[in-house]
Amino acid sequence: MGRFNLSNSYQAVVIGGSAGSFQGIVKILENIDPEFPLPIILSLHRLKHVRHGFVEALSIKSNKLVIEPYDKENIRKGTVYLAPANYHMSVELGKYFSLTTEEMMNNSRPAIDITLCTTAFAYRSKLVGILLSGANKDGGYGMKCIADKGGLTIVQDPDECMIDTMPKAALSMTNIDHVLKIQEIIDFLNELNKVCKS
Amino acid sequence: MIRDIEIADLKKITEIVKRKHDYDFTNYAMSSFKRRISRILELYNISIEKLVSRLENESAFGEEFLTEITVNVTEMFRDPSFWDTLREEIIPSILVNHDTFKIWHAGCSSGEEVYSMTILLHEMGILDKVTSFATDIDPLILNRAQAGEYHLKNMELNEKNYIRFKGQTSLKDYYTEKNGKAVMDKSLIRNVQFKKHDLVNGNLFNKVDLILCRNVMIYFNQSLQNTVLKKFHESLFKYGYLAIGSKESLIWCDIASKFIIVSNEEKVYRKLRD
Repeated sequence: MGRFNLSNSYQAVVIGGSAGSFQGIVKILENIDPEFPLPIILSLHRLKHVRHGFVEALSIKSNKLVIEPYDKENIRKGTVYLAPANYHMSVELGKYFSLTTEEMMNNSRPAIDITLCTTAFAYRSKLVGILLSGANKDGGYGMKCIADKGGLTIVQDPDECMIDTMPKAALSMTNIDHVLKIQEIIDFLNELNKVCKS
Repeated sequence: MIRDIEIADLKKITEIVKRKHDYDFTNYAMSSFKRRISRILELYNISIEKLVSRLENESAFGEEFLTEITVNVTEMFRDPSFWDTLREEIIPSILVNHDTFKIWHAGCSSGEEVYSMTILLHEMGILDKVTSFATDIDPLILNRAQAGEYHLKNMELNEKNYIRFKGQTSLKDYYTEKNGKAVMDKSLIRNVQFKKHDLVNGNLFNKVDLILCRNVMIYFNQSLQNTVLKKFHESLFKYGYLAIGSKESLIWCDIASKFIIVSNEEKVYRKLRD
């Protein structure tokens, strides 16, 4: 039994991040098992009017294929999804994505809160939510949604964050299960990988 | 903040809106519809029960509700590379076979896309060869589109897009400033007909050569997307073009086999079969 004492009931991982999270995301994707079985859903703040480059940059570093989904695209096991530029990304009850162009939320589109809340609604207690470094409070409320539905919540250790506003917002809004450094998040995902495959 | 709203309450609202106000939101994508309702509760500072009773009892509330429930966030020259593709590939290809042609802006919202198109046509020197129809479900937003008045702060982003599109001049040449607003030059829309039209319940439209419906069907579920795409297919002349949003796809739709994709990057399709 590992440090985190995980069950094999989890079906998806959702990760939010903003300023200062890119290196952490890259490190996670570089160190994850290429056969990691769950979908990983990334909602990261990014330049609104630059459509290209980000997903390519992540894919080069990643052990896994990273794609920006189309509206209504089904969520598949073992795939990494990135919210596209200038769209909000939601997860629907039928486990597929929907993309929208609504007003910005928390000055952001994609807004992390939207991805986290809708993913929590679709996966309920079978979701792991991770919130990394960032300069505003986007994602805090989303982590509360995940916790309220019984999902597992992790924030990056504020001491390790380049900018700690985002994880601190989550810590002030809800009960967070684990406060971890990036290396420990990787350890967590590796343990989750083993548990979900056994 | 996104309030959690029960699906039963959403169903009740769509039922009343359909019965009392004749708008059908039954097949709207669930998560965004829920956020729009949550947003209305916040805007009016009312409970879900109060919203239900206002929709049930106030016939004039329907139009306000419609304006708030539909998403009217847009930009001029959104995705500049799309507009470049129109100018360099799609419109020249239409002109090969037609001296004049017709465009339908389906879901034109506050009109930014209409002005972008007329500016593009003007710069190509073919503004008077093109008849356009700009339709939306919401009469209030259609009025705004026709008025063509935009906040100056939005024009900064619009200008940036226009520069990326490599327009011939400056957007400033197409509007005058008045009371903190950019008022668009009305001669641009001299060949545009604005009409109220409901994609869900509406009749078939005029036959056209190019349909723009970008980031509109993302608010529909797949079954409604199929219905609307059938209408688009019928409204297009053979070999006409359909442009959808850059992250939309026809792959999952029944009618996809009657189109070919001519720009995968910009999501422009061409009708091949009747």
